Amino acid sequence: MDIPVSRSVMKSGRSPGLSHKFQETLTIILFLLPAVALFCVFIVWPIIRSFYFSTFDWNGLGPAVKNVGIDNYKRILTDKIFLKAIGNGLLIVLFSLTLQLPISLVLAIMVGRDLPGRTFFRTIFFLPYVLSEVITAIIWLGLFNPDPDRGLINAILMLIPGVKAQAFLGDLHMVLVCIFVVLTWKYFGLHMLLYMAGLQNIPREVEEAALIDGANRWQMVRYITIPLLGPTIRTTIQLSVLGSLTQFPLIWIMTKGGPVNASEVMATYMYRYGFIRFWLGYGTAVALVMLLICLVFSIVYLRLVRQPDYLGGM
Amino acid sequence: MATVALPQRRHKKINVPRIIQYIVLSIITVLMVTPIVILIFGSLKTSGEMYSRPYTVPNPVHWENWIKVLTQSTFWNMLRNSLVVMISVTAIVLFICSLAAFVFARLKFKGKSVAFNFLTLGLMFPITVAIMPVYLVIRDMKLTDSLLAVILVQSAFNISGNLIILNGFFKAIPTELQDAAYIDGCTSFDFFWRILLPLARPGLSAVAALTMIVSWNDLLTPLILVDRDTLWTLPLGTMQFQGQYGQDLALVAAFVTISALPMVIFYLFAEKQIVSGLTAGALKG
Repeated sequence: MDIPVSRSVMKSGRSPGLSHKFQETLTIILFLLPAVALFCVFIVWPIIRSFYFSTFDWNGLGPAVKNVGIDNYKRILTDKIFLKAIGNGLLIVLFSLTLQLPISLVLAIMVGRDLPGRTFFRTIFFLPYVLSEVITAIIWLGLFNPDPDRGLINAILMLIPGVKAQAFLGDLHMVLVCIFVVLTWKYFGLHMLLYMAGLQNIPREVEEAALIDGANRWQMVRYITIPLLGPTIRTTIQLSVLGSLTQFPLIWIMTKGGPVNASEVMATYMYRYGFIRFWLGYGTAVALVMLLICLVFSIVYLRLVRQPDYLGGM
Repeated sequence: MATVALPQRRHKKINVPRIIQYIVLSIITVLMVTPIVILIFGSLKTSGEMYSRPYTVPNPVHWENWIKVLTQSTFWNMLRNSLVVMISVTAIVLFICSLAAFVFARLKFKGKSVAFNFLTLGLMFPITVAIMPVYLVIRDMKLTDSLLAVILVQSAFNISGNLIILNGFFKAIPTELQDAAYIDGCTSFDFFWRILLPLARPGLSAVAALTMIVSWNDLLTPLILVDRDTLWTLPLGTMQFQGQYGQDLALVAAFVTISALPMVIFYLFAEKQIVSGLTAGALKG
């Protein structure tokens, strides 16, 4: 290995001891400063400050003067549309956990570690992940077009005798399913990729030992592969839940939360009140409710499934 | 040596299911690729053809809509804005995260895990949740309608995940090197700059690749923080373009195809770095 230690380093030997200790403390402070500063100024401080603004009835013109206490929160939590938005978010979470993740897992196990062409499939399946949500939404708006002369999916459906063209994104009962299809198209490749990497880390010997001991394939997957994939599965569940609960661009571009709030989620609700109607106080309160939901989920989930152990090695 | 015979035996056993595997994977490949192919087809038709034969192969190929998009200054302007934001965010994130990750991976001090948990709090909530509070602060700083605001906010939100990834990469570099360097009289900074960073290049490129994708595709930050159309980034501009020219499906398809191209090309070249960054993040965090 070529380690580029230049001569000047060798020569610049400094006396160890007190000054070394001081130097190290200085290094720690200086090295952490940029990250801590940026993180505090643009994330932590805004959030803390917004607790104050969330108690105002404030349209953003001029300073916030009309303090309404916790009325904003009362109104949010009794607004049927917001409750519907939470329900829709939870439905997407449920779909993701029961369909999207298991499908990704099955496919990852199917591809395994030595199927010829596995990297080709991975490249294709992961491709939608690198497309922006805007592009994804516009592509699928076209495919879901209710007019069978324009939308591919309807055109294919019409080939089946007796099937009528569907409104898809315009249908109260179908819109969430359609959005879920798009989310799956875009994101299952990510989960599959993570599972494939996790599989790569399972020692081959363990699986072979199980096979030699007479385990069949199902038993091996059930008792060896899935438990050893535990850390990866836990990570994908967290990613999936947080992503589903706060999804915004796809839904906003495809349906704007409609028709009649049928695909409203918390983020579209927040955008509508906070930035379109410009009720800054109310929008801030919505954001904080969302934040609270995410934090409670993350903390409870991390407590339940594992100790956060980022620093302690494996 | 004893295991040499095993793969062969396995290979025979798995042969029949393999056909089923390939059939399933091929079906999914078609499902993944079709939407993208339809988009590209659409972009190569005239607007009239798009109405009469929306899903057929474009024959003859019409580049008119591509030319229309590429000769508009608005497209190039958006591309430039996206590049400025992406490059700045990536540089800032690489700089501040590698400094911080070095401290966490290599130095001992009181309150280390508190500080680490604090900086990785960002993993517990996505940017969507904080954008409203962030907007109020940016507004008070009089930074709205500037790319600087987009750059700073995106950078801040990319700290947590990348810190964890780099921390993992830095930890994997043997401590013996550090001891040897200190014995030779290196300061912490010398070690960081001359030994750790060159050795951690795969980690740095993984972080860079991931940050580039996240920044390039981000809609929400520019949507909220930027009004003036000369400052729109590609995702924001694409959304507005679709709103404005939504009726001309072929033109929209051309715009979307062209705006997707840079990232797709980048992905094909940087797939290894992207995968390594994502998996490092998932396994560590």
